Amino acid sequence: MQKFTTHTGITALLDRDNVDTDQIIPKQFLKRTERTGYGECLFYDWRFENNGRPNPMFPLNAPQYAGASILLTGRNFGCGSSREHAVWALRDYGFRVVIAPSFADIFANNCVKNGILTVPLRRSEIAALKARDESGYFHLTVDLEKCQVSGHGGFLASFEIEPFRRAALLEGLDEIGMTLKHEADITEYERRHGERTSPST
Amino acid sequence: MRARTLFDKIWDRHVVADGPEGSKILYIDLHLVHEVTSPQAFEGLRLAKRRVRRPDLTFATLDHNIPTNGNRLAIDDDLSRKQVEALRQNCRQTGIRLFDLESPHQGIVHVMGPELGLTQPGMTIVCGDSHTSTHGAFGALAFGIGTSEVEHVLATQCLVQKKPKSMLVRFSGELPAGVTSKDMILGMIAQIGTDGASGHVIEYAGAAVRGLSMEARMTICNMSIEAGARAGMIAPDQTTMDYLSGRHFAPQGKILSKAGTQWKALASDPSARFDSTVEIDAGGLAPYVTWGTSPAMAAPVTGEVPDPDHGASDSERGSILRALEYMDLRPHTRIEDIPVDRVFIGSCTNARLEDIRAAARVIKGYKVANRIHAMVVPGSQQVKSAAEREGLDRIFTEAGFEWRESGCSMCLGMNADRLQPGERCASTSNRNFEGRQGAGGRTHLVSPAMAAAAAVAGHFVDIRRWHYKD
Repeated sequence: MQKFTTHTGITALLDRDNVDTDQIIPKQFLKRTERTGYGECLFYDWRFENNGRPNPMFPLNAPQYAGASILLTGRNFGCGSSREHAVWALRDYGFRVVIAPSFADIFANNCVKNGILTVPLRRSEIAALKARDESGYFHLTVDLEKCQVSGHGGFLASFEIEPFRRAALLEGLDEIGMTLKHEADITEYERRHGERTSPST
Repeated sequence: MRARTLFDKIWDRHVVADGPEGSKILYIDLHLVHEVTSPQAFEGLRLAKRRVRRPDLTFATLDHNIPTNGNRLAIDDDLSRKQVEALRQNCRQTGIRLFDLESPHQGIVHVMGPELGLTQPGMTIVCGDSHTSTHGAFGALAFGIGTSEVEHVLATQCLVQKKPKSMLVRFSGELPAGVTSKDMILGMIAQIGTDGASGHVIEYAGAAVRGLSMEARMTICNMSIEAGARAGMIAPDQTTMDYLSGRHFAPQGKILSKAGTQWKALASDPSARFDSTVEIDAGGLAPYVTWGTSPAMAAPVTGEVPDPDHGASDSERGSILRALEYMDLRPHTRIEDIPVDRVFIGSCTNARLEDIRAAARVIKGYKVANRIHAMVVPGSQQVKSAAEREGLDRIFTEAGFEWRESGCSMCLGMNADRLQPGERCASTSNRNFEGRQGAGGRTHLVSPAMAAAAAVAGHFVDIRRWHYKD
């Protein structure tokens, strides 16, 4: 898994609450069997008009957000479907960080597995970031070791993250490999619960 | 010993070892797999030269992108066919049992698991699908996972998890006639919001929940994710045992009775503490209809479309405004005055036999209104054949409904069953997100009886005043 320690990049503002994974990646792109190549599909129905041209009204198409790698958005981001394709689309588009007041659980889990950091900030801090956006300041630095977001002009906010998510991201852990190290524990568990872990047929 | 909740008891029994940084390695008893969220997981296993640890605890079906009409064994769509073929090949290579399209047991994964008796109380159950919460109706801990976690479970039969918080939702009082479990869950989500249960596992309790059938309980647990919950669950009782009796994979006879005693002991201890509690008076609930683009945007059928100006905050006013624009609705429109173009009775939320019976009872002796395209997509082939044995298919087809083969269908429109841009649908499914049922489509979530009544009337009507002709 890709490590995450610190990242500096352009922050794009998508000022909406409850952005669901159906919007992040619409269903027609879930039929692929690959794990990459989803960048073009990101926010497809919002980002493109029916004729396939970029929708000039959609924030990510604004010139100041070209090359954005940090997404600033509203509460409960990533709600709905468990589709990891939503995270693959964000990653393939170039996002490494999503900042929001809150995130949906499965989405936040899926982010960790793909080296994307979800940063929950308080409403006042989100408001300050929106004000920076209006003033034309788009660069932010996100430091996972210090659990801090900082930017030009003295903006500084700290955030909380589950310790095991932080460790997984900092070290780029192979989680499956780590669990497999508990092979003996798993086998012992299965021996003790054998009757229950085998459906009668 | 400290008092524990149903969730605590199941969690404690499944901890294999401590994971990193306060997490736990949790054993998974049942892993359900479908064609859309699994191919990359199997590919990951192959690349890492890992094997499927417990193919005997893993069951697969085809449901999300398959056709529901015509000869469904011949899938026209190239990408869908490729995905279906990939699951067949992955199951063959790893020894996982697949309920394929010609199987009488094929169905939507969350309909199939319970009706085969795979879903049992006390289990941990996962699937690469957010509506896995459905299985919690049996007193199981069941939750949706992403594809990376699907791969993790295939390889290890475990997941690394931080324990979520617990929430008690108590529905007191008696559910009024014409009000269903769909209305209970829509009412709850309208009250607590789409992130009201984020980070929590909900236990549903109270007299109104105890009185529900297993099918109705599954509808409630199914939509837990729509309130942001990690899972939803209901303590097992005699209703649970009666449902399991005679199911293919469930224990039978004396073994079932013995298991039943253990399962009933899973109920939350009377003095167990929850991190939060929500009280809902079931007696005060009405049939609900969603008017917006999130499941929390719902109103009683006797109500009206809200005015964005009445929103509590700028962001809420903005959300309502955007939703009404997308839904092409004006503030203060009476819900009963909203006309529909399409009616969809289906999905893992409401396509079980009881749902189909409820809808059939409404339309018996009536015809679908002019210009309305209505269809029933049974949740599984077993549901379909059981309904046909009761003659329900004829009631639907005589009224002008299409009667389809099972699958997820127009709940998410991955197959050809989709809304056209601008079409408005009364749907028994679970999500009214923008474009969910087809780009530009407009979804109103309702119970099966409410959907059936809308098909006949051409607009929403209060099912409590319906004239049944049976």
